Amino acid sequence: MKIRFIDAEAPPASRIFENLAAGHGDHPLDRYLKKGRIPHIWCSGCGNGILLAAFVKAMEKGNFDTKKTVVVSGIGCIGRAAGYLDLDTYHTTHGRAIPFATGLKLANPKLNVVVISGDGDLFAIGGNHFIHAARRNVDITVICSNNFNYGMTGGQGGPTTPLESKTTTTPYGCSEHPFNLVYLAKASGAVYVARWTALHTHELRDSIIHSVNKPGFCFVEAITPCPTAHGRRNKLGDGLSMMKSYRDNSVLTTELDPEETAIGLKGKIAVGEFVDIDKPTFMDMYDECAICRANAPKKSKKS
Amino acid sequence: MSYWRMPLDAVRREIVLGKVNIISHRCKGCRYCIEFCPSNTLAESEDFNEKGYHPPYVKSDAKCVNCNYCETICPEFAIFVTELEPRNLLPEDVVKTQSRSRRRTRRE
Ligand SMILES: Cc1ncc(C[n+]2csc(CCOP(=O)(O)OP(=O)(O)O)c2C)c(N)n1
Ligand code: SF4
Ligand code: SF4
Ligand code: SF4
Repeated sequence: MKIRFIDAEAPPASRIFENLAAGHGDHPLDRYLKKGRIPHIWCSGCGNGILLAAFVKAMEKGNFDTKKTVVVSGIGCIGRAAGYLDLDTYHTTHGRAIPFATGLKLANPKLNVVVISGDGDLFAIGGNHFIHAARRNVDITVICSNNFNYGMTGGQGGPTTPLESKTTTTPYGCSEHPFNLVYLAKASGAVYVARWTALHTHELRDSIIHSVNKPGFCFVEAITPCPTAHGRRNKLGDGLSMMKSYRDNSVLTTELDPEETAIGLKGKIAVGEFVDIDKPTFMDMYDECAICRANAPKKSKKS
Repeated sequence: MSYWRMPLDAVRREIVLGKVNIISHRCKGCRYCIEFCPSNTLAESEDFNEKGYHPPYVKSDAKCVNCNYCETICPEFAIFVTELEPRNLLPEDVVKTQSRSRRRTRRE
């Protein structure tokens, strides 16, 4: 058979964009999303979309000023969240979302600075930034989508992978002890620490509103299903059965010591608000100590 | 919402109802909205959308109570609810399928 090639011109870029953006605005939350970006890349059943929706709902209910709210993300599946939001957003290099956000906050303290990133991004390559921003009590909010593995690169084990869970890098089961993010955040000095699962959408939204309004380093952990990598390798079923297991295993508690809130591959998940304290922020301390002293009149030396 | 009889103060109370709007072509078929709807309003359709998933549809006899949960749980921004005018409970809202004693035994 003879193949005939048709001399067709590629449609102009503007028309491609028009097609992509068709239907934008059909959903009331679309006003917070960039035109032409939905559907997002996340798999069917991925919890990242729920977290993004919770953030957008928080913006709506908390009346956040879209001109003053900025979102910074690192690399990973959830890192794409920054690109979908119609705000000033920054998709930084792997692990560097927190230092970037710190810089933004210090340069313009009027901004609400929110970091949305993954467990691998924030606690493996970016682990040092997390503990030191929490120690300094920089006034930013960090939201972590914890799916217990590196979703984007195909499901490698990371710092939150529970013992014995299977990943591409731990085919016989993970033999490393994982971080308990709630405990880590508390020990590093965060003033607000909460953990919810993707099923607790309303609580997640309210925690995000509270964190953004609260001065100081606030940390919200969202347990999200990653059915494609973590779920499939550990035979946890599809997204729906992972969500059902969150429903059956979540225990709401405020009394539990953060030390006791570690999460295993299966079993109970402690959820709730674990820390909510007040402490002067990095900028408060800096203004008070360093700048005041530098500007104070010098004492003349008496002989 | 099912009631075993018309509530005695029904004339003084208004019920909240919602209208479910589904943007079928955005759905990725995770079924979260169907499974976690407290009033069992949605079901999976037989039809495929353009992505090859089965989007949800609103059951004909269902009454959405405008709780907004499907809207917040949907990862795809594919479903949202709008509030309808609140109205009084009507006799046809009262689903008298279960007698009081049967409800008791079911709960036990
Ligand atoms: C400097 C650098 N090292 C490694 C990578 C490869 N990489 C891309 S995403 C990722 C892991 C992201 O995992 P996580 O933060 O848990 O996000 P998820 O994809 O699970 O949402 C890695 C290691 C990279 N992009 N840059
Ligand atoms: S790989 Fe996992 S985290 Fe990434 S989009 Fe798919 S389900 Fe979500
Ligand atoms: S708003 Fe609530 S009751 Fe109505 S369909 Fe959605 S989940 Fe069901
Ligand atoms: S929650 Fe959204 S994506 Fe999932 S089945 Fe319902 S409409 Fe489709």
